[in-house]
Amino acid sequence: MQGVAILGIGQVPVGEHWDKRLVELAGDAIFAALEDAQIKRVEALYVGNMMAGQLDKQSHLGALISDWVGFRGIEAMTVEAACGSGALALRTAMVAVGSGLVSSALAVGVEKMTDTSPRETTAALATAASADWESIHGVTFVGLNALIMRRYMYEYGWKHEDFAPFSINSHANGALNPNARFQSPITKEIYLKAPMIADPINLMDASPIGDGAAAAVVVPLDLVKGMNHRPLVKIAGSAVATDSLAVHDRHDPLWLTAAEKSARVAYNQAGIGPDEVDFFEIHDAFSIMAALSLEACGFAERGQGPRLALEGEITREGSIPIATLGGLKARGHPVGATGMYQVVEAVQQLRGEAGPAQIEGAKIGLTQNIGGSGATVISHVLMTE
Amino acid sequence: MDIPRHWRLNKQRYALTGEVCPHCQAKIFPPRDVCPECGGEAKTEFGFSGKGEIYSYTNIYNAPEGYEENIPYTVALVKLEEGPMITAQLTDLGDQPLEIGMPVEMITRKIRSDGDERGLLIYGYKFRPLVSA
Ligand SMILES: [Zn+2]
Repeated sequence: MQGVAILGIGQVPVGEHWDKRLVELAGDAIFAALEDAQIKRVEALYVGNMMAGQLDKQSHLGALISDWVGFRGIEAMTVEAACGSGALALRTAMVAVGSGLVSSALAVGVEKMTDTSPRETTAALATAASADWESIHGVTFVGLNALIMRRYMYEYGWKHEDFAPFSINSHANGALNPNARFQSPITKEIYLKAPMIADPINLMDASPIGDGAAAAVVVPLDLVKGMNHRPLVKIAGSAVATDSLAVHDRHDPLWLTAAEKSARVAYNQAGIGPDEVDFFEIHDAFSIMAALSLEACGFAERGQGPRLALEGEITREGSIPIATLGGLKARGHPVGATGMYQVVEAVQQLRGEAGPAQIEGAKIGLTQNIGGSGATVISHVLMTE
Repeated sequence: MDIPRHWRLNKQRYALTGEVCPHCQAKIFPPRDVCPECGGEAKTEFGFSGKGEIYSYTNIYNAPEGYEENIPYTVALVKLEEGPMITAQLTDLGDQPLEIGMPVEMITRKIRSDGDERGLLIYGYKFRPLVSA
């Protein structure tokens, strides 16, 4: 494997894009990434998407999007791992370019979620879980996270309000990101008074859906080394791990085994440990997922994720800033696109292009994208060269 | 939803029929043919008692299509006394406050009514507070 760099990034604001079709969203992100990379064409396109087949009645996005952006004929395909589809696209592009079989590739995550009714979208999201043994019982995606969160609070003695700092931090950071779905800070009062959606998860524990697309251009590191018009970002670690699809099949439903494994492998590839990570683009689909992800990635002891948040360590001034541009909670969670937003935001931080949300001196960033309730987890370590 | 898809799971939905691993004796539900504990082949049928306790629970207020008529309804992770954990709805709760660790037993009920043109009704296991004998 040769080293791989991210040469260009592009994104569209997460929101309700009533005027844009799925291909247009993907195209906007792709054209922005190509312009940023200052190249005109790539050899392959990998699309991260979960629900186009269900919500847009459109599968086969690889051919569709590559033709739309003028690349008819290139290698193209969709990769899917529910909410983890986005980072899986980057992973696929990295493997293709790293192997030498493809000399340049685009990874794009895209999802169009606001054309359909909430009930249809909820039902489509539930297909991330086990259809025969979970979803059939009417448990939603939020419901599965609620089952985990209640047991977590019971085992470790946390109160609901102890999770408030996760939501407050993400919204504070999202307020500094022009591409975020929500750009207003929230108070603890707002968190505590939010309506319940699946107890103990309330509206402020959950991330909002949205339409979105984010893309990155991936090339061999040696090809672009020394072209120092700005800090070059390399993919220093990349790993995918899986767990049982159903939460009930895990020996310990309160531990994200796949998150731990993929982070460990990515750290090892990069030759670092969690102490050296400057910031962490975390999969805070729900407050409880942020806590579990911090623990699995080695930033907190088992059951102690909320303590890290309560002590202020997750803010931009803390020891491990998370969701630095709003995370899923405030930037938004356009499911199959989310993992690519995390990557794009990490590159913004590492280049020093994160504006008022900039983490000073950021050199090493971790991104972690979680599919379903932890069944597929993709971790990437990104570094400045 | 297709009828065969549900018909072929009737033994599990109506009778909690799982498997026991002939190599390590692990009890397995739902059946999966490869033992998750030892990796050996496991195709020996095993009938679960339907007794267990609540590991966790939640109330669903935003239901997917096909489940709207019972909003809000309660879903739980139930730890079966033979070992495995399963996801199911709780029913017949009355005024009893729910808590983790509460003993429950299986009962067959309507799980969902399909909103599609065929109007398929799907029955299967739910759990209710244990009626002490
Ligand atoms: Zn076995």
